Amino acid sequence: MAVKLPIYMDNHATTPVDPRVVEAMMPFFNEKFGNAASRNHEFGWQAEEAVENARGQIARLINATPKEIVFTSGATESTNLAIKGAAEMYREKGNHIITQVTEHKATLDTCKRLEKYGYEVTYLPVAKDGRINLGDLRRAITPKTILISIMYANNEIGVVQPIAEIGKIAKEKGVFFHCDGVQAIGKIPVDVQRDGIDIMSISGHKIYGPKGVGAIYVRRKNPRVQLSAIIDGGGHERGMRSGTLNVPGIVGLGKACELCQNEMAEEAKRLSGLRDKLKDSIMSRLDETYINGSMEHRLPHNINISFAFVEGESLLMGINDVAVSSGSACTSATLEPSYVLKALGVGEDLAHTSIRFGLGRFNTPEEVDYVADRVVETVNRLRELSPLYEMAKEGMDLSKMKWVAASDSH
Amino acid sequence: MAYSDKVVDHYKNPRNVGSLDKNDKNVGTGLVGAPECGDVMKLQMKVNPDTRVIEEARFKTFGCGSAIASSSLATEWVKGKTVEEALAIKNTDIVRELSLPPVKIHCSVLAEDAIKAALTDWKKKQGDAQAKPAESATAHS
Repeated sequence: MAVKLPIYMDNHATTPVDPRVVEAMMPFFNEKFGNAASRNHEFGWQAEEAVENARGQIARLINATPKEIVFTSGATESTNLAIKGAAEMYREKGNHIITQVTEHKATLDTCKRLEKYGYEVTYLPVAKDGRINLGDLRRAITPKTILISIMYANNEIGVVQPIAEIGKIAKEKGVFFHCDGVQAIGKIPVDVQRDGIDIMSISGHKIYGPKGVGAIYVRRKNPRVQLSAIIDGGGHERGMRSGTLNVPGIVGLGKACELCQNEMAEEAKRLSGLRDKLKDSIMSRLDETYINGSMEHRLPHNINISFAFVEGESLLMGINDVAVSSGSACTSATLEPSYVLKALGVGEDLAHTSIRFGLGRFNTPEEVDYVADRVVETVNRLRELSPLYEMAKEGMDLSKMKWVAASDSH
Repeated sequence: MAYSDKVVDHYKNPRNVGSLDKNDKNVGTGLVGAPECGDVMKLQMKVNPDTRVIEEARFKTFGCGSAIASSSLATEWVKGKTVEEALAIKNTDIVRELSLPPVKIHCSVLAEDAIKAALTDWKKKQGDAQAKPAESATAHS
């Protein structure tokens, strides 16, 4: 059966906007185009109504209340607001933040910046399965700890952290818990009450909504969280985030959340079936392949595989009608291999051979078959080209070799 | 990242993939790079000891498309050249031929290193062969 090329399997990077979301957004571009803050006319009231409706849709997806949802330009901004906002608001109480090494750069770089301003940050390590150790977390908390920031699920390896347990510890110790929910929301059940989450970053374009819009959940009760704004201006969003609301984007985000809520259970089941099919089809036909991160605590639609002896970028080139991504240094703007894989203890040589597959709402079983075939075929071809595969087959222990790196080494 | 047509061509149709007998005293083997860096090239050349002309060349590479193309091109270029001519190949020639962007220049450097390493190995073996003609040349590890 013919598949439509190119195939998109990089849904952790972004997702196509669901046609139903596009349809919901359309009237708000040039029919109901008012500024939601215009209090005195129908244009404004219409826009405000749509925004409030969206707030409700988002809140329901995560078991929050509408008043606890603040709109931003995206999860990166939400995470900046969460961490910088809490750091500033609670600086009298303390200056210590706890996070972990496989967080998204939005979290890690924000923490790095705060360190420059005199805050102390603990970066918890992760085990080989990609999860933090709860004992480490407990022991890291001090009387000066004001925030714990741990992501629900990782964007590279799809591994899900023990969020409810983290929430419990945070509550017990009186520390606010910020959770980057970007990859988990709408894919697996996220419940801020059950999970003890106080602040959460939400992204539109990861859940079949538009780019350029996101939200932050800010708890109002048990306990009440306050954040210092990082953007000043007209005082929108209860002073937490000034700036005219991106009404069409917000409507899209709301609709995307509603669709996820309605379809999540079935979709997760379907996607984990496809993911397992892909994984098994590939790994049953190739030797020396390794899954990065826990399979047990993982998003249903993610798999991250290292193909020993084959470099990631060359593999991507070989399957150039399939969109996926790699942890190889050659594919990164900075020529650094994936820091997430490094944190798992994956050797750099295997980090360079990793491929991340992110399945999504619009992938089909036929696409999975096609992709598996192309991957297997390309890996075999590149192994024929690989001196490392040749040496391994001859029985050499590559880890014991003395390598002469290039004279102009990275 | 958009690849040049030549890089794509070498990737899809690599020239001279494979191995020569590393125990042959007329074969020089160069192995450069490191798996942790994401680039390893093995380049082998069979040199006629009388004419010092490179008669055969083979490569195997673990690396990105540009690395594969650079080493494939290197095997194409050295064939028919003398040892001295091959040693004169510069990485900048490879960059120009393949239109490598700045971020991929190190691939061409590694290919130049591989050529030099292979020929150094060959020279060493020739030196050993002359000094101790009765023993076979040591294998390059």
